[in-house]
Amino acid sequence: MASETIDGGVRSSRPPPWRDPRVRDIVLQVLFVAVIAAFFAFLAHNTIVNLRRQNIASGFGFLDREAAFGIGESLIAYTPADTYARAFLVGLTNTLYVAALGIVLATIVGTLMGLARLSRNWLVARLAQIYVETFRNIPLLLQLFFWWALLRGAAPGPREAWQVLPDVFVSNRGIVFPVPREHPAFQWMGLAFVVGAAAAYFVHRWARARQAQTGRQFPAGWVGLGLILGLPLLVFLGFGAPLSLDVPALRGFNFAGGAALSPEFGALLLGLVIYTGSFIAEIVRAGILAVSWGQSEAAMALGLHPGQAMRLIVLPQALRVIVPPMTSEYLSLTKNSSLAVAIGYPDLVSIANTTMNQTGQAVEGIAMIMAVYLAISLLISLLMNLYNRAVALVER
Amino acid sequence: MTDVDITQELPIPVERPPRRTHGVVDWLRANLFGGVFNTILTLIALYFLAIAMPPLVRWAFVDAVWSAPNGQACRGAGACWAFIGEKLRFILFGTFPYEQQWRPLAVVVIFVAMILASCDRRLWGRRLMLLWLAGFIAAGVLMWGGILGMRYVETRLWSGLPLTLIVAVVGLPFAFPVAILLALGRRSRLPAVRVVSVAYIELVRGVPLVTILFMASVMLPLFLPTGVTIDKLLRAGIAFVLFAAAYLAEIVRGGLQAIPRGQIEAADALGLGYWQRTRRIVLPQALAMVIPPLVNNSISGFKSTSLVLIIGLFDLLNTANTALTDPNWQGFATEVYVFVAAIYWTFCFFMSRYSQMLEREFNKGRRR
Repeated sequence: MASETIDGGVRSSRPPPWRDPRVRDIVLQVLFVAVIAAFFAFLAHNTIVNLRRQNIASGFGFLDREAAFGIGESLIAYTPADTYARAFLVGLTNTLYVAALGIVLATIVGTLMGLARLSRNWLVARLAQIYVETFRNIPLLLQLFFWWALLRGAAPGPREAWQVLPDVFVSNRGIVFPVPREHPAFQWMGLAFVVGAAAAYFVHRWARARQAQTGRQFPAGWVGLGLILGLPLLVFLGFGAPLSLDVPALRGFNFAGGAALSPEFGALLLGLVIYTGSFIAEIVRAGILAVSWGQSEAAMALGLHPGQAMRLIVLPQALRVIVPPMTSEYLSLTKNSSLAVAIGYPDLVSIANTTMNQTGQAVEGIAMIMAVYLAISLLISLLMNLYNRAVALVER
Repeated sequence: MTDVDITQELPIPVERPPRRTHGVVDWLRANLFGGVFNTILTLIALYFLAIAMPPLVRWAFVDAVWSAPNGQACRGAGACWAFIGEKLRFILFGTFPYEQQWRPLAVVVIFVAMILASCDRRLWGRRLMLLWLAGFIAAGVLMWGGILGMRYVETRLWSGLPLTLIVAVVGLPFAFPVAILLALGRRSRLPAVRVVSVAYIELVRGVPLVTILFMASVMLPLFLPTGVTIDKLLRAGIAFVLFAAAYLAEIVRGGLQAIPRGQIEAADALGLGYWQRTRRIVLPQALAMVIPPLVNNSISGFKSTSLVLIIGLFDLLNTANTALTDPNWQGFATEVYVFVAAIYWTFCFFMSRYSQMLEREFNKGRRR
């Protein structure tokens, strides 16, 4: 009797459907999807009923209507007579502006502080450590309020503005600083910059090829720097150095001339840079510490001087460790720029918030914010993944 | 005969004693003034300190006003710490009925005691879970009241530090199971489960917390059937659970990925099913591995609780902002923010030190 079962006489080659793992998997998934779909259908049904009861329109038709609210600062032309779509665009450009500037500055501050923490100089290392430990452990929103209060409340009026640098004034109206006046020479300088950068690239390629063939070195870095900075400078001098600064001056109750940053923008940028910088400092430090000391010793044994060892041996290996966490810092800086809504800088979220309050169309407003942030996140991830691929270890 | 005393043949060159490496001067030379560049750095740092420190010390201590009847009397060159003294109870406990404020104080003490107790690894396990359950019940009774002769206090009046702690801590037991399910779902064999998990995690991680809070405060009432209303604090709590679950899921996934394949194969060979294998073999190892990143994540979670003020809850930061609107005490924003920052900093600094210690302990076995 027992031998029959072992022979497989009783067992069929296929189990019954309720014990067949493949059938079970499909049934489970169908059930899972059905439950989730039912949940969303329930939410959608409730939403539609509630919206109808409250007489709130739905759809994106409101985007073409007049926004009828003013926006404090904008990179593109905007008046309250423009549409909601235009207002959203203003918010989007403001978000991208502060995020892009924040990423660049936070990277610079963070890298300097990360290197300072590794400095052999005790005092410098301690100061950098105090910076990191202080700002990392205080909520960003609180820091934003602090800088905002400092710029708006504690700073004096324009008449008694603090002059932090020559012709740079800090007052409760924001930060004003001089900018060069428009001149046709600047366009040519921009062209010269592009030409210089291209030339520097080709010099670099030629120098590498020559070093690979003959072993002779060529100071491609210095020559490249000279080309990139020198060509625009030559053009500048060729035009007769037409530099005239538009210097801010006190006229009446406020400054005229120069360029100004509002206290809101200043506080947001300062908060984002200082907060994110403290995280980037730790990432940079960890990345450099991750390269074992033997690598530097080996580089020195090969006769490379410290600068070369850093550039050719340590940094390429450290970047592999640094780039992935840096990506998430950039992403969180961009997302954190939405805290602007709390201090009144007109970023995307704060404009969407005003729109939602005016039209009552919360679902559409939040959907638009989410779509924009997801797109930005994907874009940053994509760019950083491309860069990461460039610096990542190439294995066999 | 050939016995030669080699020590006599080879004179040992006289060498200078090695440089001393202790003492103040040597320390200064090694750490502050070794080389031109180092010296320049030190001088720059000293110059910076010389400019920044004296006014700061003068503002915070020397010229500070420690007691004053009102804002006018307090206005001077230095900080007005009298303002903090005046508003201390409002900043900490907000609009909670004044004579009943021992209750939120007790809640803060309970939470701090539970956090401290959780740091002791010997207590980890079932007992700690029971302790937290008891703590939550005690905190709930103290905050709501309505029994034991305590007045009933609705959640609208909860504010200040206890509210911050409640938002930070009470959501975690709800978020954590969701996070484990999401992490398992992301590594599931079933494509439908995987797609849904990945979509949820990436959607939540791709948008700012502000949007999720807005969604909870504006859209949640729309999602519910007509007539059902939901408390503002609960809305914020749901937003935090949804948000934290996605981030925790990624941390748990890190732990799951670190489990060697052999463990799973051995469990399969023993005839364990999926849930038995996950509960008894995979999760205990995976969760133990991710404890340090979990502590790190709770630091950022604690800091993010300050965002609830955007949807109008009175957390510690919002009570501080409200204290600033008193017409009798105008213009002491810096003092209040420094004070509140010190409270947040203490919590976060302690947690970050603790997570660093845990990481060192956990890596002991792995380091050669």
